[in-house]
Amino acid sequence: MSLHELYQEIILDHGKNPRNFGELEPYTHEAEGFNPLCGDQIRLLVRVNQGKIEDLKFSGRGCAISTASASMMTQLVKGKTVEDAVALVEKFRRSMTEEGTEADMGELGCLSGVKQYPNRVKCATLAWHALKSAVTTGEKVTTE
Amino acid sequence: MEPGTLDVSSTRSEFPALHQSVAGSPLTYLDNSATTQRPQSVLDAVNAFYSHDNANVHRGDHQLSQRATEAYENARKTLAAWLNATPQEVVFTKGCTEALNLVAASWGGANLRPGDTVLVSTMEHHSNIVPWQQIAGHTGATVEPIPVSDSIELDLEALKARLAKGDVRAVAVKAVCNVGGTINPVAEVARLAHAHGAVVVVDAAQALAHEQVDVQAWDADFVALTAHKAYGPMGIGALYGKSSLLAAMPPYQTGGGMVRGVSFEKTNFADPPERFEAGTPNVAGAIGFGEAVRFLQKVGVENAARHETCLARRAEELLEEVPGLKVYGKAKHKAGIVSFTLDAAHPHDVGTVLNEYGVAVRTGHHCCMPLMKRLGIAATTRASFACYNNDEDVERLVRAVHKAKELFS
Repeated sequence: MSLHELYQEIILDHGKNPRNFGELEPYTHEAEGFNPLCGDQIRLLVRVNQGKIEDLKFSGRGCAISTASASMMTQLVKGKTVEDAVALVEKFRRSMTEEGTEADMGELGCLSGVKQYPNRVKCATLAWHALKSAVTTGEKVTTE
Repeated sequence: MEPGTLDVSSTRSEFPALHQSVAGSPLTYLDNSATTQRPQSVLDAVNAFYSHDNANVHRGDHQLSQRATEAYENARKTLAAWLNATPQEVVFTKGCTEALNLVAASWGGANLRPGDTVLVSTMEHHSNIVPWQQIAGHTGATVEPIPVSDSIELDLEALKARLAKGDVRAVAVKAVCNVGGTINPVAEVARLAHAHGAVVVVDAAQALAHEQVDVQAWDADFVALTAHKAYGPMGIGALYGKSSLLAAMPPYQTGGGMVRGVSFEKTNFADPPERFEAGTPNVAGAIGFGEAVRFLQKVGVENAARHETCLARRAEELLEEVPGLKVYGKAKHKAGIVSFTLDAAHPHDVGTVLNEYGVAVRTGHHCCMPLMKRLGIAATTRASFACYNNDEDVERLVRAVHKAKELFS
């Protein structure tokens, strides 16, 4: 595993220039994700309209992995139904934690290298946990 | 060995774990503030206990128990002598955290009242903050921070002003800051606190291997210690407490080994230190701790400190040449610790890149979230030096940080 496999161009790009970064008005759902290991936190604002994620934005500070993962997530779930988005959260979570599940992740496949660094998996999944929390309960979550 | 010299290559050869590769590079171990490696003599002492003398301590008539008890109490004597204390003033604990919890729960529980204040420096580790918050919640006392400067130095003027109000019962400070390396003026803090009737509780986790800890010179009331940051085993530490204070304190935990007599009518507790050592202690750990102290004696802790500080200053100078790198912790008196941020990369990413070059550092808030908040950052990357580190370690660290800078720029 080389550094360039972990930090692929697409990750570095999303890490430096995150998409859908900032505040959203109006929004219907929100959640905060907190990684107690490093103190990183993100805030996710989501506008759901007729069961669909119409728009979403995130803010906060994080490492390249967590920022890139959050950025890609926002692009992927925008326009999806809440149900499909939650299913994608589960699929992504499995791809990060279970062997043999990383295939068929499309653009998110570039994050599969994170699996080789178990202490960084929480960075990659931080925003995803926050999304699930926002659209299901709206409660503040940690990745403990 | 001449005073002032340290034979680094011979010292290195005593540490088996240093001689390995990580990600195809020689291991550069710079996470010593989290835990040091252990010399063969400590590993052998622990192994010898389990291989030959293994038995429970105290009240055993058989020979193994007598040997185990003697070795355990000898370790206490070795540590006490090293600290300039008496053996009765040294309580074995599982580490610094337990020692601090013991003081807060036992001394704090018996002495704190509503309206009392415990001052805790802003640079404290969570282990010297949270136990005070907990006991304050039970007793009605208040915990207040002592401010620190941008360079991570204690604000002694603020401390003096706060003490003058007359409600401060305890002052909790660390001897050496695990984030920025600050060597705090513990003796001065103790003098100020004592003048206002407050006790001083010192977290010496980062000090033991890097300066001569002398509880008399500090005039500290309580000192919390851990072995594993000073070449000893994990899971063993100690609390030093002045004998007059320990004698008046109620037990922290209760059970076997800490009583004189038990009946359903009344239980009489043993004197310190046994009063605070309920249950079977970590005998092998204590023996390893004693052996670690012998290692410190052999190396010469002041020689080691000079060497470590020299390496850390060199690393700091070279790192500050990296554009966008900022060092946190600019105290006048500093131990061998360098904490920094890099504008292009989060500390987590820096740590991952460094690992790919075999360089082990720590990244994150270092269990000092209030200090991180004071500095306006979430995390740093920290390189911390020990007696076995050398010039190549500094070079590899600096080279790897340059690589991280390139990757994320």
